[in-house]
Amino acid sequence: MYKRKLMLGNEAIANGLMENGCTVATSYPGTPASEILGAFAALDKKGPGQRHIQWAVNEKIAFEIAYTASTAGLRTAVSMKQVGLNVASDPLMSAAYLGVKGGFVVISADDPGPHSSQTEQDSRLMAMMARIPVLDPDSPRQAKDMVKTAFELSEAFEIPVMLRPTTRVCHARQDIEPGDVLPGKWDAGFQKDPARWAATPKFRFQLHRELEKKLDAVSRHQETAPVRLNDAARSSKALVVSGVAASHAEEILKGLNLWDILPMYQVLQPFPLHRDFILHMIDTYSDILVIEETTGIIEMQLADRHRVKGKLTGSVPGVGELLPESIQKIIGEFAGIDTQAIAVPAEPGVRPTLCAGCPHRAAFFAIKKAAPKGIYPSDIGCYTLGLNLGAVDTVLCMGAAVSQAAGFYHAYKHETKRPDIVATIGDSTFFHAGVPALIDAVVQNVRFVLVILDNRTTAMTGNQPTPAMGIGACGEMLNPVDIEGLVKGCGVRFCRVGDPYYLNEFVALLKDAIQHSRENGPAVVISRRPCLIDRLREEKPGWEPMNVEVADTCDGCGYCIDHFECPALNLNQNEKQVCIDTVLCSGCGVCISVCPKKSIKEVKDAG
Amino acid sequence: MPGKRSISQQIVISGVGGQGVLFVTRLLAEAAILKGLRVFTSETHGMAQRGGTVLSHLKVGAFSSPLIRAGNADGLLALKANSLAQHGYYLKPGAWAVVNRSQDVTIDADVSAYIVDAERLAKQIQNPKSVNLILLGFALAAASAKTENHIFCQMEDVETVLELRMAKNKTMLDDAVKALEAGFKSFK
Repeated sequence: MYKRKLMLGNEAIANGLMENGCTVATSYPGTPASEILGAFAALDKKGPGQRHIQWAVNEKIAFEIAYTASTAGLRTAVSMKQVGLNVASDPLMSAAYLGVKGGFVVISADDPGPHSSQTEQDSRLMAMMARIPVLDPDSPRQAKDMVKTAFELSEAFEIPVMLRPTTRVCHARQDIEPGDVLPGKWDAGFQKDPARWAATPKFRFQLHRELEKKLDAVSRHQETAPVRLNDAARSSKALVVSGVAASHAEEILKGLNLWDILPMYQVLQPFPLHRDFILHMIDTYSDILVIEETTGIIEMQLADRHRVKGKLTGSVPGVGELLPESIQKIIGEFAGIDTQAIAVPAEPGVRPTLCAGCPHRAAFFAIKKAAPKGIYPSDIGCYTLGLNLGAVDTVLCMGAAVSQAAGFYHAYKHETKRPDIVATIGDSTFFHAGVPALIDAVVQNVRFVLVILDNRTTAMTGNQPTPAMGIGACGEMLNPVDIEGLVKGCGVRFCRVGDPYYLNEFVALLKDAIQHSRENGPAVVISRRPCLIDRLREEKPGWEPMNVEVADTCDGCGYCIDHFECPALNLNQNEKQVCIDTVLCSGCGVCISVCPKKSIKEVKDAG
Repeated sequence: MPGKRSISQQIVISGVGGQGVLFVTRLLAEAAILKGLRVFTSETHGMAQRGGTVLSHLKVGAFSSPLIRAGNADGLLALKANSLAQHGYYLKPGAWAVVNRSQDVTIDADVSAYIVDAERLAKQIQNPKSVNLILLGFALAAASAKTENHIFCQMEDVETVLELRMAKNKTMLDDAVKALEAGFKSFK
């Protein structure tokens, strides 16, 4: 017997992988999926360590490594966020046709809301498009149990299986009992079969036929069939729920005293929806309400438009997270009772900001100084918050800063007065998808400056290592890849490194780069200064924190507040002066160079 | 449910990134496990954590959903002065709220509000980052002062959790317990 432990949903999934003999696990970090691989690595450290666990350069590569190890017979898993699955969609679609040998689980975490994503897309639709089964857990506990189901399903039908948690599963914590660890099994035995593993279009047709046969069988597989949660309830109406909406609905139904009245079915495998279930529902009930996130996947398959209510009928909102308050209202309307649900007010909240002392802030301030009328394409990461400083004009998807800079350049290139284009991208994002775009920009001679914000980590998602660090997911030493060498290898002729903490020098460097870009083509500036909150880092910060104070000459003009917006700088309305929050201040001293009145000064200790 | 002695409590904890909202939530959740109770929490991560509003939900007892519905919370721990105005709608009538703020305020809602200046206490004990633990200590004293509003755990339970978590770092443990007790004792 194990003691119950407080487990984050993502830790519960990692435990599920560990208990089911997952031997190869790969990932690229992204909220809300980031903690799965880290937790798996942490569990492996305690065990015999017989697994391959890695952060890959991007999701496509992560997918391909884990998938291929499964074709050699091992149990493997890849984890990512929903937009990461877009990056991995190329191998996903093809892997569905080819199938697997060892169990292969694709964990794609969705973010209805969205809380920390650029879209609310439903990974279950991707599973539907790829034609693979998908499981939809309602809680950390069920997510852990479903890892086992997923491996078994994958092996029974030789098909990749998707596990689709949402933010409320990934980032909930529950008391869960860990089970026995099943050691990784190294019994790789790849059996050559070119008609399958290297299938040409003619064979692909055959594989597609086989895939459809597998799906037909999966839609009759009893272990993943929908479950009736309240056997005693009798009505001509019924609820169909899945994912975290199921867990909300259960509590709401009990609270409204509808538990013994309204039959509720939980779908565990939204695609393919079980055939018998579809027939049973349509034959038994005159009114069926489907509550699921984020797209109406189950609703689509329960295809009787006269009986089924959901997103397609406007009974359930089609956008945004389904919060319990809104589910309460929807169920009340369906059951014909007034639930007196309290609406959640739109929360103004405090907008997120870069940390005090964040090197990105200094870099953005310098970019605005060097190219005040520039266009600033940017990318996905902490530095998206450069929005607050007016130094981020566009954010599309991973790596797009570089190609958007190219798009702007080509749009303006025939004009006599072209705007300067200064794009920003993080180090991890540059490796992820920036490199091919940079090669393209070199080939096309795109006149722009790329600032690689090299904070030596993947900060936003919890400080995972980047390829430049040469550190593995389990802390092991690997081969670092040097960013300068990579940039030069792409064919960029202007590539210089600067430290944004030395603000004036950094502005001068940017101006040189802009000058070069106007006449000669792409220029790259690597803005190098480690992230302040990187707890993995043991090396010395390389700078002494300064004691900074505001002199009486401060006239409260607010320039530093508006243009630098460091959370440690506050404008005291009464005294019309800026004051420094000494708890938040990191002592980076950059604001000394920011103040136009030279009113922020370093104080040297007398001793 | 009354009479059954089965504990069922829903507590909202709110503040801004960096204040330690998630840490307080974990301490309470682990205290619940120590007491043999079921527990479910929900947190804000990612972009929202960079200094933005952080809200966590703690549900102790037999719950299936990770979220507290508006109008259903038994209590609110507000690490920021405006958190009560911002997240008070989660509270049910007769609930308690413990608020970190420097001045007394009048509360209109049907809520027992307890005010503590945790920032000042944190400065007094020379641990400016301990506001979260001071507020928790204060809450354990305040909420338990009214019998119908007992928090599911006591001071000793939270101290045990801290001891388990910080077994390897005596200084950190001493600082944490000191902050917790400073908050607890400040309730009169």
